[in-house]
Amino acid sequence: MKRSLLILAVLVVYVLHQDLGLWRTARPLVFGFLPIGLAYHAGFSVLAALLMWLLVSQAWPKHLERDVEPRNEDAP
Amino acid sequence: MIPALIVCVYLAVVVYIGVFAFRQAKGKEEVEEYFLASRSIGPFVFLMSLFGTNMTAFAILGSSGHAFNNGIVTYGLMASSSGLVIPLTIFLVGTRVWALGKRYGFITPVQLFRDRWECSHIGTVVFVVQAVLLVPYIIIGVMGGGTTLHTVSGGLVPFWLGGALVALVVMTYVFFGGMRGTALVNTFQTVLFLLFGSIAVVVIGYGMGGFSASAEALLGSPSAYLLTRERVSPHYFFSYTFIPLSAIAFPHITMFCLTARRLVQFRKTVVFYPLCIMAIWLPCVFLGVMANRATDIPQIQDKLEARKTLAVEGKNLGPEQQDELRARLDGDDVLLLLLQRYAPLWLAGLLGAGIMAAVMATDSQILALSTMFAEDVFTHYGHKERFGAHVQVQTGRAFVVALTLVAYAIAMNAPETIFSLAIQYAFTGFAALSPLLIAALFWRGSTKWGALVSTLWVAAGVGAVALFQAAVPAPPPGPPVVVARVLGFDLLARTAGGTAILGFLPVVPMVLISALLMVVVSWLTPRPSPQTISRYFE
Repeated sequence: MKRSLLILAVLVVYVLHQDLGLWRTARPLVFGFLPIGLAYHAGFSVLAALLMWLLVSQAWPKHLERDVEPRNEDAP
Repeated sequence: MIPALIVCVYLAVVVYIGVFAFRQAKGKEEVEEYFLASRSIGPFVFLMSLFGTNMTAFAILGSSGHAFNNGIVTYGLMASSSGLVIPLTIFLVGTRVWALGKRYGFITPVQLFRDRWECSHIGTVVFVVQAVLLVPYIIIGVMGGGTTLHTVSGGLVPFWLGGALVALVVMTYVFFGGMRGTALVNTFQTVLFLLFGSIAVVVIGYGMGGFSASAEALLGSPSAYLLTRERVSPHYFFSYTFIPLSAIAFPHITMFCLTARRLVQFRKTVVFYPLCIMAIWLPCVFLGVMANRATDIPQIQDKLEARKTLAVEGKNLGPEQQDELRARLDGDDVLLLLLQRYAPLWLAGLLGAGIMAAVMATDSQILALSTMFAEDVFTHYGHKERFGAHVQVQTGRAFVVALTLVAYAIAMNAPETIFSLAIQYAFTGFAALSPLLIAALFWRGSTKWGALVSTLWVAAGVGAVALFQAAVPAPPPGPPVVVARVLGFDLLARTAGGTAILGFLPVVPMVLISALLMVVVSWLTPRPSPQTISRYFE
């Protein structure tokens, strides 16, 4: 269940990248100088960071570090 | 001349860092220390260096240049999509590559493929394709170094000398410092750029009379479209979300994932990566767009006139005249021109050093290619057993020198546009190679034959796109030239910036077909032995 919700969160953020509603407009200028389309994608970067925080806190592959054992000499 | 002197001091510091890393390496196991810094990179250096490795000349100079001609869309195309896809692939793929490297001692991705799929020569095919796709980066880095030093010195340092100086510095610290030197230099460079980049934005904004006034003035001009995305199709925009898949497939990035001391170091890197991208790209893109208002700079005025001529009279001009106009309106130097015009000399020098830092991100690619040669060819074909580990490392170092000299020779004698295009193909090619890594790590049913067919498809696809773009000249900005139409759809078209397949960039069908071939061919061919599969999945 948790895994499905996290996958869904990733897909939703991916879809949010396609902000078709702001395609043809520059206004409002956020902070007086940042066109809305650029401000949206700056906000998207912050959202991506939040998503990554969610992933590392909820789905961190702890087993990978546990699994690391002394080297198998047969491998290259 | 002062900015050029500051850049020279900076280059000296960078060489010292490489030599410092060389001293640190004494007494450690030679091969792993030179190629992977003994898998001991700490958290801060890991984040800054991994990020810095991706911040090439293309990211800094290219982003502002692209934004100058295409507007704010540049950020959505390249930065925000990378801010989602790159950390996601580091989280999913990078962590697993790290664990396997730690467990089985892999140094290159080809070693992983050879072991995972029980193959030898197929690994060599992957090595060749990766190497061919990586070389243009190194050449463009030398060219970027020459251009940057030439510009920041006000023309006093000629292009050939600037390129030679940068090539020599990079070669020296990679030669001596190996991965540890490269990681430390990348960290230094990233911190420098983040620090002085922010100061530059404020100074340039002040010099231009404030960004609010500049943005309002741009909105009232014929170039107002640069503040929207009205001239870019949603298909094109969507296509760009496939490009960042290339990051994890680039050998230097995959190898860098192996240098972390502990897995936990990936956590901060994954979380902060989108914010680091924003910190670099947002100012670069914004300044690139605002440069359209800096008409008091003669070079920028010339670019604007070239753009206007191409848009109005382009259809009536021959291909050579169009190419000449395209070269004139190329915006890769707008950031440097803004610095020269609006920043005080000392800051222009420091920023020039910061930009030089980005240009010199080719260090990772040079080291990656030398590592791949030493491990995937020299060692794999038995030479390490014959000559020993010391000769292996010296071979890697000799390869660094040879590669840098060849790159310099080509950079001085070939037009830059060819390699700029090659980099576009490289992004597409590496993105289409990403299914190999994903299949190797997550699908026990994947086979070496699936990997081979997928790799050959990538090589053929990149070659076909390159040939197509060479055969059909780019039209002026505006509607594309449709070459093949099927059932009312534009199957294949030549656009002003490249190629469109059903309206998408070639990267979309190339990635999807590469993944499909991996799946279908793997289904039809025998899997590796159960022992090998169990080492990876149980």
